[in-house]
Amino acid sequence: MIFLITSLLVSIIAASTPLMLAATGELIAEKAGVLNLGVEGMMLVGAVTGFVVTHLTGSTTLGIFAAILAGAGMALIFSVLTLTVLANQIATGLALTLFGKGFSSLLGRNYVGVAGPTLPKLDIPVLSTIPFFGPVLFGHDALIYLSFAILIGTAWFLYRSHAGLILRAVGDSHAAAHALGYPVIRIRYAATLFGGGMAGLAGVYMSLSYSPMWAEDMVAGRGWIALALVVFAAWRPFWLFVGAYLFGGIMYLSLYVQGLGIPVPSALVSALPYLGTILVLVLISRDRRRIRMNQPASLGQSFHATA
Amino acid sequence: MFRIEPRGYPSRFWSLGSPILAIALTILVTGVIFAAMGQEPLVAVYTFLIAPLLEHNGLAALAIRAAPLIMIGVGLSLCYRTNVWNIGAEGQFTLGAISGGGLALTFPDAPAELLFPGMLALGVIGGMFWAAIPAWLRTRYNANEILTSLMLHYIAGLLLVYLVTGPWKDPHGFGFPQSALFSSTATTPIIVPGTGVHLGCALAPLLAAIAWLVLNKSVLGFKLRVVGQAPRAARFAGFNEDRLIWTAMLISGGLAGLAGILEVAGPVGQLTTTISPGYGFSAVIVAFLGRLDPIGAVFAGLLLALSYLGGDAAQIDLGLPNAVTGIFQGILLFFLLGCDLLIRYRIKRVRPNPAVTLTGIAE
Repeated sequence: MIFLITSLLVSIIAASTPLMLAATGELIAEKAGVLNLGVEGMMLVGAVTGFVVTHLTGSTTLGIFAAILAGAGMALIFSVLTLTVLANQIATGLALTLFGKGFSSLLGRNYVGVAGPTLPKLDIPVLSTIPFFGPVLFGHDALIYLSFAILIGTAWFLYRSHAGLILRAVGDSHAAAHALGYPVIRIRYAATLFGGGMAGLAGVYMSLSYSPMWAEDMVAGRGWIALALVVFAAWRPFWLFVGAYLFGGIMYLSLYVQGLGIPVPSALVSALPYLGTILVLVLISRDRRRIRMNQPASLGQSFHATA
Repeated sequence: MFRIEPRGYPSRFWSLGSPILAIALTILVTGVIFAAMGQEPLVAVYTFLIAPLLEHNGLAALAIRAAPLIMIGVGLSLCYRTNVWNIGAEGQFTLGAISGGGLALTFPDAPAELLFPGMLALGVIGGMFWAAIPAWLRTRYNANEILTSLMLHYIAGLLLVYLVTGPWKDPHGFGFPQSALFSSTATTPIIVPGTGVHLGCALAPLLAAIAWLVLNKSVLGFKLRVVGQAPRAARFAGFNEDRLIWTAMLISGGLAGLAGILEVAGPVGQLTTTISPGYGFSAVIVAFLGRLDPIGAVFAGLLLALSYLGGDAAQIDLGLPNAVTGIFQGILLFFLLGCDLLIRYRIKRVRPNPAVTLTGIAE
C-alpha cells in the first residue's frame, strides 16, 4: 500500500514539473505585461533541441543548456516582433506555436523513436533510502528540485526585491514606469526571454525525463495548460504551484485509469486534463473582480514611447 | 540608427504592400532554410512554390486544398474583426466532420437529395455547437475564449479518435482507425468532372463574398466592427456586446464545421484520425494574411493551399520532411505581423548628432 502511494506521488511530481516550469516562466513574462501564447511552440523546440544535443554530446547538462537557449531564442523572435516592431501579441504567440511545431519536427526528424539518454536521478545518499520519504522527497532528478527553487526564487523576486517591484510596475502601467525612467522595453525583453528559457527547460524535462524520447508534438497541449495555469493562479506563485500539481495529478490520473483496464475508452479519458483546464478557467474567471484585481493591467498591450 | 514614429493615419499603401513584402521575405528565408538543409535554394523554392501549379491538375489540387482554408479563414476574419479570438477552428472543423459524418454513417442508403443537405446542415450545426461553448463560457463566465476554444480542439480530436476506433470503426477496415467509406449518396458533388474539384471549391469564394457584404454593407457588420475596434463606443451606442460575441463565434464555428463536413464527404471520403493537416490553424494565418477581410482571405487561402502542395512536393521530389509547410506558414505570419508596423508607423533614419558624439568621446 505504502509502495503504491509512493509511486503515485512520484508519478504526480513527474507529471507536474513541466507544467510548473513553463508556467513560472510565463508568470514572469505576464507580470511584465507580455502575453506570450507561444509556450507550446517554445516547449517543443526546447524538447527537441535538448534531446538532440544530449544525444550528440552525451551530456545531459549540455542538452539542458541548449534547450534553455533554444526556448529563449524562440522568445527572442517573439520579443523582436511584439516589443520592437509592436506586432499584436496574441497573433505573434500563435505564430510562434505554429512555427515551433514545424521547426521541432524538422529538427527531430531523424530522432523519432530513437531511445534516448535519461536524466540521472540524484538519489541523495542516505536520505533517499528512507522508506516512503526517501523516494518521494529525495529520489528525483535535478530539474524537479530546480523547478521548486525557481518558483520560490520567482516569488521572492516578484514581491521582495526592488527589481521585482519595477517589473510589476512595467506590467501594471507601462506608461507610468516609462515616465519614471525605467526601460520598459528592455525589462520586457528580459522577462520574455526568461519565460522562453523556462519553456525550453520544461520541454527538455519532457524529452529527457518524463518520457525520454522525441516524438512529434510530444508536448501535447501542456504549453497551453501552463498558460491557463497562470490565469488559474491569478498571477500568484503559490497558486501556480497548487495548479501545476492539481493538473499533474489529473494527467497522471488519466494515464492511471487507462492502465487499469476499466472499460472506459482511453481516448475519452485522455480528454480529462483538457476538460479540467476549461472547468478550472471557468471557476476562476467567473469572479471578474478577482481577475481584474490580479491581472497585470498592461497585459498584452504594445508599448511605444512616442515622446 | 533608425527610429519608428507613429503616422497620423494608417498608410493605405502599406496595408496592401505589407503582405506582399512579407511573402517576398518569407520566400527569401525559406530559400535560406532550404540551403541550410543542403538543397539548391532556387531549385527547392521552385519545387515548393511553382512546380506544384504546373503539374497536371495542379490548379484543381490547389482549389481543393484552398476550399477549407478559405471557408475557415473567412469566418475567423469576421471573428477577429470583432476582437473575439477563436483559435479552436480546428476543433470546430472536426466536430462538423463528426456530426455530418455521423449522419452519413447512420443512413448510408438514404436518397442523396435528403442525405447530403442533411449532412451539410449537421456539419454547420456541429461546428456552431463547438464554437458556442467558448462563446457561452466567455459571455456567461468571463472565461478566456483563446484557451477554452483551444482546449476544445484537443477534446474534439480525442472524440474523433474514440469514434473511429470504437463505435464507428469500419468492421472491414483491417483494424485501421477509420470509419467505413461514405456511400455514394453521401459524397460532396464534383463540379468539374475528372479533377476532384468539388462543391466546396465553388462555395468558398461565394461565402467569402457574402461575408464581405455582411461585414461591410450591413448593420450587423457595422456592429461587429465597432465592438472590435471601439468596445466603449459600442457600449455607449447600446450594442449588445455579448450577442455580437455569440454571433461572431457562431458564424466562424459554422463555417469551420461546413468546411469539415465538405472535406470528409469529399477528398477524404470517410472519417479517419487524420482528416485535417491543421487547416484550422493555418486558417488563422489566412485571416491575417487576408487583412481580416473575407475577400483577402480568398487570396490568402490560395497561397496557404500552395504551401501544403509544396510541402508534399518537397517530400516527394527532394526528400524533405513536409514539416517545411508548417515552417513556411509560421515564418510567413512572423513577417506579416512584423511588416504591419509599416501601416501605422514610419521608420526614420536618425543621423547621430556629431556634437553629442564628440562630447561622448571627450567624457
